[in-house]
Amino acid sequence: MSSHIVLEEPKMNTAEDSEKATRRAFLVAAGAAGLCYTAALAYPIYRYLASPEEMASSATAVKEVSLRDAQKLPAGSVLMFKFGTSPAMLIHHADGTWASLSAVCTHLGCTVQYEPHLDRIHCACHGGVYNAYTGANVSGPPPKPLKKFNVAVGENSVEVSRS
Amino acid sequence: MTTKTAFIYDWVDERLGLSELAVFARKKTVPVHAQSFWYYWGGISLFLFLVQCFTGVLLLVYYRPGAESFESVRQITYVMHFGWLIRSAHSWSANLMMFSILVHMFSVYFMKAYRKPRELGWLSGMGLLGIASVFGFSGYLLPMDELSYFATKVGLEIPAAIPIIGPSIASMLRGGPDVSEFTVQRFFALHVVVLPALFLPLLAFHLWLVQKHGNAAPPSEEAKPLRERKTMPFMPNFLRKDLAMWLISLNILALLASVFPWQLGKQFDSLAPAPMGIHPEWYFMSPFEMLKLLGMVKWLQGEPGEIAGILLFTIGIALWVMIPFYDTSRDSGKRGRAAHYFGLVAVFALLATTAIGYWTIR
Repeated sequence: MSSHIVLEEPKMNTAEDSEKATRRAFLVAAGAAGLCYTAALAYPIYRYLASPEEMASSATAVKEVSLRDAQKLPAGSVLMFKFGTSPAMLIHHADGTWASLSAVCTHLGCTVQYEPHLDRIHCACHGGVYNAYTGANVSGPPPKPLKKFNVAVGENSVEVSRS
Repeated sequence: MTTKTAFIYDWVDERLGLSELAVFARKKTVPVHAQSFWYYWGGISLFLFLVQCFTGVLLLVYYRPGAESFESVRQITYVMHFGWLIRSAHSWSANLMMFSILVHMFSVYFMKAYRKPRELGWLSGMGLLGIASVFGFSGYLLPMDELSYFATKVGLEIPAAIPIIGPSIASMLRGGPDVSEFTVQRFFALHVVVLPALFLPLLAFHLWLVQKHGNAAPPSEEAKPLRERKTMPFMPNFLRKDLAMWLISLNILALLASVFPWQLGKQFDSLAPAPMGIHPEWYFMSPFEMLKLLGMVKWLQGEPGEIAGILLFTIGIALWVMIPFYDTSRDSGKRGRAAHYFGLVAVFALLATTAIGYWTIR
């Protein structure tokens, strides 16, 4: 008789175990399905909101800008232009040399200004000053120099490229 | 609960009275009977309204009203990633919401759930339906494509037909003698500021009334003795089913919005003739057709027909809105039956005129 009991007991256990196992499996599957569902809803919304960012990142990939008729820029003046998505300067110095620099202050991102009478670059936000030939940070809070671009003056245009 | 969570709960409870809410939620029940299915439609309408708010805000991120409105909708539809899907979901959800509100209204009507003490629930619901229609009408213009241009042009002829004050009302809504960028600008203000500001408090009132009075049982249930009536607890049984319905609605919406994306027509041109087969949205088809049919009655032809149509239509709606004050209670007897037949006539007229409307599209 006792052998019967011994035989039955393990059977009950397996049934219980498998029931537990299926419940766990079910909960895991339901959780995973819920997660997938939420992701399927969230993904299009994320991509939708990120659209301008993605468009801009394709613009930042720009390596070279051609500025038509910029060779006519008088000495001692500046031309502001967009390099990719951010503002940049083409400076024709009074001594006839050319320089092209990023116009984004390395301190907090304001747009800087070329001051021909002082032949320097100044940021009005916090008083940062840069060298107008090299872009080196001269005084004030800017931690880094302005990014310098290569300039090639042609017959009909000025080509500015990343160095 | 651990002592820490108990402490936080007590802190919040003392200030907001959560336990009173919990007691209320535990006590709340929903009647169970053959017509219980219809109880879900108010909740579905609410869910679709929430979808409208959400997708509406997403569209607002790129939409520009005024002269650029068509260009911005074109950009949303063809340039922004999944913009077509967001816009399609907004349009489809608007249509589904109109449908579920109508189902909700008729189920309330035939279950006689407007009777004492639920008159204000009925009235606020009618107010919500009215605002929802204006939402639909104003939103339809915002893309400024051909269809929206003509729909608004024709739609504004209805207030314009009101004697004496009609024309000035119409040009006030239009912002000038013709539908233009001024119209889209003011419809935009209406659609995203004025209407939500009216809708939300009214919706809150409507929902509060539902909590206060609970779901109404239909007359056949009310006739039964109390011990024979069945109920289920709201928490969690009915709520669970409610949420399941929301999930089903969301799936249907996702399917419709992605498989049948909402189209964008050509940019409106005030010199171009109306496109062939142009017709109102389905929820405006019936009133449009009723007005057209009445205008064709021989002795009413022309302007008197239009005025008679609007008058008849207004009286019909007024009677419909005032029904709780005619069929007041369980003892209404003859009035109760009359209200029932009035409802059947209304459903028949709605379906028949809609069918005729679609049948006669050229």
